[in-house]
Amino acid sequence: MSTEAGTHRPLVIAEHLTKVYVLGDNELRALDDVDLTIDEGEFVAIMGASGSGKSTLMNILGCLDRPTSGRYVLDGHEVSRLSRGELAEVRNETIGFVFQSFNLLARTSAVENVELPLVYAGLPRRERRERARDALERVGLGQRLDHHPSQLSGGQQQRVAIARAIVNRPKLVFADEPTGNLDTRTSVDVMRLFQELWSGGLTIVYVTHEPDVARYASRVVTVRDGRIVSDTRQDPARAEKAA
Amino acid sequence: MNLANVMPIALTALLRNKTRSFLTTLGVIIGVASVISMVAVGEGAKARVSGVFAAMGTNMLIVLSGTTTTGGVAGGFGSMPTLTWEDLSAIRTQAPAVRWAAPGEMGKVTIMAQDQNWTTSLTGSSPEFFDIRNWTIGKGSLFADTDVQGANKVIVLGATVSDKLFGDGADPVGKTVRIRSVPFLVVGLLQRKGQSPMGTDYDDAAFIPITTFQNQIQGGLQKYISGIILVSAVSSDDTHRAQAEITSLLRDRHHLGPNDDDDFSIRNLTELANAQQSGTQALTALLAAIAAVSLVVGGIGIMNIMLVSVTERTREIGVRMAVGAKPWHILAQFLAEAVTLSMLGGIMGVVIGSVIARVVAARLGWSYSARVDMILVSFGFSALVGVGFGLYPARKASRLDPIEALRYE
Repeated sequence: MSTEAGTHRPLVIAEHLTKVYVLGDNELRALDDVDLTIDEGEFVAIMGASGSGKSTLMNILGCLDRPTSGRYVLDGHEVSRLSRGELAEVRNETIGFVFQSFNLLARTSAVENVELPLVYAGLPRRERRERARDALERVGLGQRLDHHPSQLSGGQQQRVAIARAIVNRPKLVFADEPTGNLDTRTSVDVMRLFQELWSGGLTIVYVTHEPDVARYASRVVTVRDGRIVSDTRQDPARAEKAA
Repeated sequence: MNLANVMPIALTALLRNKTRSFLTTLGVIIGVASVISMVAVGEGAKARVSGVFAAMGTNMLIVLSGTTTTGGVAGGFGSMPTLTWEDLSAIRTQAPAVRWAAPGEMGKVTIMAQDQNWTTSLTGSSPEFFDIRNWTIGKGSLFADTDVQGANKVIVLGATVSDKLFGDGADPVGKTVRIRSVPFLVVGLLQRKGQSPMGTDYDDAAFIPITTFQNQIQGGLQKYISGIILVSAVSSDDTHRAQAEITSLLRDRHHLGPNDDDDFSIRNLTELANAQQSGTQALTALLAAIAAVSLVVGGIGIMNIMLVSVTERTREIGVRMAVGAKPWHILAQFLAEAVTLSMLGGIMGVVIGSVIARVVAARLGWSYSARVDMILVSFGFSALVGVGFGLYPARKASRLDPIEALRYE
């Protein structure tokens, strides 16, 4: 397993990112002048209590939201001023998402769920199916292609979601509290899967509020009150297969 | 992603909720079915009315003689003969809007056969008469112009008269009947025509050449036509023109000054028919309008369900956006769902409406003809309803903020 800090090609360059929400007369600075650079091949945990601004940061980095001010360069492209449609394209081509509550489409088979990003990428049906099958095999669910989410355990559902996140071969995968809805044992399984994908060369950024889960990353960024208060590199703890 | 990909997504979503999808389409089904069946019923009624008037005569005008006033009592139209044979031939040749013209004199007579007799209305006329009144020959032949010139004693019988004299369904052609002891050769039997709207039996009639009528039945003035002149205009739109032409022709021929009243009168039966037609047409339009309202209500039903669906599937929309669906993808998906619902409703409505129209037509003994234009219009309209009422929910869906949508519980 690689413990290198990455290949030093910056994938994410964020400068002076600020996000202000106006609630009536009050201004809420969810992000306050944040600078952050993430290199290709890093495995970053963004830590913080709820309301710290970590989710806002991830939403902006994940191109789901736009900053009020500041500059955001993703993979060499300035994206902070793109339209909603253009952001959708960036999400589709460059980014994969994993959510706390899995967010799979109900009554839709695993392989069809995984295909979803490819549908919007405009891939022909046969290629979609092939790539979705490959992705499910990579997360160890090659035998469950036609299972619906309701027929899968939480851990399996999250693995389907991870397959969906990697099926478009993204540069960067964002995970928002990926283990938040899972028990400890399954959490370790999911983190082990992330570590495998990371050692395969994928850059992964995940948000968590549990120090236990942050141990698995190669770098921990801590956010408080909309600012980055610490940024440390570490030897990632190995997610061992549960006995 | 292109439009070809949108349809499967929309269909899958609809099939996930079969019962709801069906109930949603129900409004459109009822709307389209009622448009189709109402229009068909209206059309049937219209066809029935025009059939009744067609039986009376084709684009028919009736020219009547003038009136006499004896001791202050006005004699009514036709009481003073003013129409001459020359007038008739002038109408035939000098009025371009006139297709046919025939004299008509009528009387009640008793017709005797071998062992039966029957009193009926006898008409003296010329062969054009049968064209004007839409009579077609059943057996034998109509009398000809030569019969009129020669005042031949030939007769054409209506079906009822033949039934009464010779027995039901018998063939009277070649037999002899007597009217006032004068023998007439039966040359033709007319096709059965049925009853007028007033209940008069059209088939209770017999016809002989006008000259024979004047010689044998009437006697009297030969210079004037003591009955009427029946006129058929070249088309139903030309009856007014024919009326004007005949009026000026006759005024001219009768040497009437600009201040003199007409010494004849013209009745336009087509006008009556047209009034009836426009009455049924208005009824059809009214029925169709009511049906169209139900179609709009059906559309509102679709909008309602689509709005519920958008709310219910907020998360799904968020996920789709997160993995790369652009706003227009979401718009297209929900619009496709709405249009699919309304078009399915349209198809089922057309089928059900056609069946209803057919059943109603069969019950009332009307002819049913599928109006392709109505089917296309109501089908197109239902698609339009889908787009119109699907647009708002679809826009709402496409404008969702992905973060909010993903967070939605």
